[in-house]
Amino acid sequence: MPTFNTFPWVKGPPLSERRVAIITMAGLHRPEDRPFTRDSGDYYRIIPGNVKSSDLIMSHVSLSFDRSGFQQDWNVVFPIDRLRELADEGIIGSVADYHYSFMGADDPLKWEQQGRFLSGLLKKDKVDGVLLIPI
Amino acid sequence: MCTRAVGALSRFFEEEGVPTTGISLVRLHTEKIKPPRALWVPFELGRPLGMPDDPAFQKRVMVAALKLLEAPAGPLIEDFPEDVPASTEEVITLACPVNFAQATVASEDAEQLHESLKSEIACLRAWYDIAVERRGRTTVGSSGLDVAAIGDLIYSFLQTGKLESPRNDIPPTNLLKLASDDFKAYYFEAITAQPGQEYASSQALTDWFWDETVAGKVMMAIKNKYENSEDRALRGAARGFLVPREVARLRKR
Repeated sequence: MPTFNTFPWVKGPPLSERRVAIITMAGLHRPEDRPFTRDSGDYYRIIPGNVKSSDLIMSHVSLSFDRSGFQQDWNVVFPIDRLRELADEGIIGSVADYHYSFMGADDPLKWEQQGRFLSGLLKKDKVDGVLLIPI
Repeated sequence: MCTRAVGALSRFFEEEGVPTTGISLVRLHTEKIKPPRALWVPFELGRPLGMPDDPAFQKRVMVAALKLLEAPAGPLIEDFPEDVPASTEEVITLACPVNFAQATVASEDAEQLHESLKSEIACLRAWYDIAVERRGRTTVGSSGLDVAAIGDLIYSFLQTGKLESPRNDIPPTNLLKLASDDFKAYYFEAITAQPGQEYASSQALTDWFWDETVAGKVMMAIKNKYENSEDRALRGAARGFLVPREVARLRKR
């Protein structure tokens, strides 16, 4: 289990003004994307903000979690419909153009370089609120 | 594992100036990693938003997690105050109307086993098609193989211990994992399309698949046959790619 000695904390505007992206650990991707592997550097897939529920499948290596919830309703894993509703209701400001999926069975310390790189892409998408979701 | 990953990524993003919040399914992991903001939820692994087909419940989880972005200081872990609503339905015992599993894996007749597996797949096809039509989606597809081809692949693997990947871009053992996930998804989506079985719990589905279907018994038979093989790749695939550890443990008793 990694431990850290710093406590990073970034402030931002009220939730109603924030642009939010979802980052899931569920190993989700579009059927035309390559399935996840455990190869070095192959850490995430891009999920466009206008994705449809029929566009996402899962290729997570772990056998130790329930998948029937996702089969029944993708929002129980990747709640993009709820996020869109929260934007429509003015509870958040807007939904990001891009969301991301990792396959969270790996040592996350390996992801540091690409994680920091991804933060640059999120900033270019003007995201100032990331919701990270495990599986 | 995944809750650890959420915590670590959260820290990397925050250090680069992007505010984050996250859901925790394992409180102990979050306490150790100390991401800036986390909402611990008392839900089953695989269901971080709690309840399928319950938008109001999911939205309460979302808002609770997102509201942490407005907290004045951290790191902080907040506990979500609600459990998943208890089902008012009776416990559902799943059953395919035709049970092919009885006289198959125990039988010495390999050809009969293959035929039973093919029949079972075909029996579920109409319900799978209904499920896809009703939901407008399917989670089957990560292997890129047709379900009948997956049945043949898995049966052949049981008999020979050899895998020949029909796809050049995916190593055979990786394809076995993807194919077995697709296989299970096909069965689960099909059975939950049948009347009265739409809201089966994950436990009911697990018990049905591993105890009542030929597919489950074939996959368990692969594990039992090859888990101590001297071939390292074969042993690894048999142990880690088909049967959840808890499922195997409970059925060994």
